[in-house]
Amino acid sequence: MPNDPLIPMIGVVTDVRRDTPDVKTFRVNALTGGKNFAHMPGQCAMLSIPGVGEAMFSITSSPTNTEYLEFSIKKCGCLTDWLHRLEAGAQLTIRGPYGNGFPVEGALLGQDLLFIAGGIGLAPLRSVINYVLDKRERYGKVDIVYGARSADDLVDLEEIRASWAHAPGVDVHLTIDRAQEGWEGNVGFVPNYVRELGFAPTATALVCGPPIMIKFVLGALAELGFARTQVYTTMELRMKCGVGKCGRCNIGSKYVCKDGPVFRMDQLDELPDEY
Amino acid sequence: MSLYAMDRARLGELYEALGALGRVYLPTRKNGASAFLPYGEEGSEADLSLLLCDKSPKDLFFPQSEELVKFRLTGAEIALQEAARQKEPFVLFGVKACDLQAIEVLDRVFLAEPVDSFYQSRREHATVVALACARPAESCFCTAFGIDPTSPQGPCDAVAWLTESALYLRPCTEKGETIVSCFAGFAPADEKEVAAQQAAARAVLGRLPYGQLDLSRFGEASDELALFDHPAWEELSAHCLGCGSCTFSCPTCQCYDIRDYDTGKGVLRFRCWDSCMYKDFTMMAHGTPRKTQKERFRQRFLHKLVYYPKNNGGLFSCVGCGRCVKKCPANLHMIRVAKALGGEPRAQ
Repeated sequence: MPNDPLIPMIGVVTDVRRDTPDVKTFRVNALTGGKNFAHMPGQCAMLSIPGVGEAMFSITSSPTNTEYLEFSIKKCGCLTDWLHRLEAGAQLTIRGPYGNGFPVEGALLGQDLLFIAGGIGLAPLRSVINYVLDKRERYGKVDIVYGARSADDLVDLEEIRASWAHAPGVDVHLTIDRAQEGWEGNVGFVPNYVRELGFAPTATALVCGPPIMIKFVLGALAELGFARTQVYTTMELRMKCGVGKCGRCNIGSKYVCKDGPVFRMDQLDELPDEY
Repeated sequence: MSLYAMDRARLGELYEALGALGRVYLPTRKNGASAFLPYGEEGSEADLSLLLCDKSPKDLFFPQSEELVKFRLTGAEIALQEAARQKEPFVLFGVKACDLQAIEVLDRVFLAEPVDSFYQSRREHATVVALACARPAESCFCTAFGIDPTSPQGPCDAVAWLTESALYLRPCTEKGETIVSCFAGFAPADEKEVAAQQAAARAVLGRLPYGQLDLSRFGEASDELALFDHPAWEELSAHCLGCGSCTFSCPTCQCYDIRDYDTGKGVLRFRCWDSCMYKDFTMMAHGTPRKTQKERFRQRFLHKLVYYPKNNGGLFSCVGCGRCVKKCPANLHMIRVAKALGGEPRAQ
């Protein structure tokens, strides 16, 4: 390991999968094979292409995957544009893991879990979902509500249909914003779909997606009787160091890189509304 | 520990002798400004009687720009080489009580786990000598933050007092003792002259216009949300130019950026000071949570008065040095903010 938190390791891209027109999933290994480091679901890592930039990404693979780390990345800026040009065999730099992660070995144990994701917001939740499915007996019923603009924008639809949909005690509910040919699932926005599905407020909800989706999903969950203490989300703010020192990812006195990125809604309620 | 004294006229000899402990940084006038500069540079004049250097000693531990790592790129392969850490010892002489407290503030950020090894290597190689203030200025308000400028306390190796005729020194660590042992001009002394200077300075402190600022609304137990939503931010920030002078002159501002520079032979990754006053600071592909100068202005002051104290056992990250008071082109500063948010000066 390097001698300073800011010094990265080298990672090798060993596989690139195109998930949607603007999302690719990158498999990353250490130079010597295996993973660069171990992590918990919901934690993040700093990826960089030297000369282009460095940014924080959620680790989308589950810790139960012992072979590699995976990152689902949407092309939306300079660095992600460069990342999307990488092919298998390319090297990048990686450091981490950062943040707290979801309490999979704490408050979530034994609970019914309701995952609600929109678009690329599935990336951090996918790590939790696969972790839960690999340790199935430790958790209750699992519901996964996942929506995107179109069927083509649903990230990793193959795994969802082949694996998640057939897992014991798991129900997958997919939705897209507008009807399209060949789509037989639900059509409509995620918050409305959550309301229609009408989940019992005994579950714990894990929500990630665009801020506007999160906002309306929280409204829907409140209507269904979910308390703020039963809802977790994961935050994204600009980061440079990842270790609570560079000073830019704070929400009030909390640093998202260090104290987050996972917050329970009642914890967020105590912080200034600046995210 | 014991107190020693030396003839003030022999300060030049002391600086030369301190050279045996490493490079010596002193409050120095150069090109019409002042900073902690290496002793003996051409065109510069070391002057311990400077009340406060324009530039704080922050950059001796946290440089304005520093190299972190070099990348050499060959085809798909990346080779990396870490930048060297500080290896040479150095002496930082003449740090005022406010700037000393600022080092404590920075220590709690950079030396907290995971430790910043670049900062740590400089701290470990430094011998720090604090210097008491004999005559505070009108813009000083360190006492509002519980700092006694006549008797500096904090992460230093010795404390010094400069009087009309002598320099007094009280070592407080082994490193501090080496300062006494490396210069033959020191002799054991009594407290009389130091005590007299302290009494005279304290009399001035009691009359400083900003020194009695009431900070009871801020700190560890403050109501973060109420202060965040305070209506005064709108008007307070209205004239902020977003120039960042306050953050760059501040001895405790520690926000930094990390950037890459293509040297033509490889890529140099460096870190440099950044400022929460800038729009780019929090800008992401999908926008920024601090959209106007009001949010950025509020961030800086709440960080000093509320966020940092909440994370550090009540320690404020403003030390009342007054540099921002002097540098702000729009005359916006800690005093105005603290008063507007409810901290009126206590009755005299």
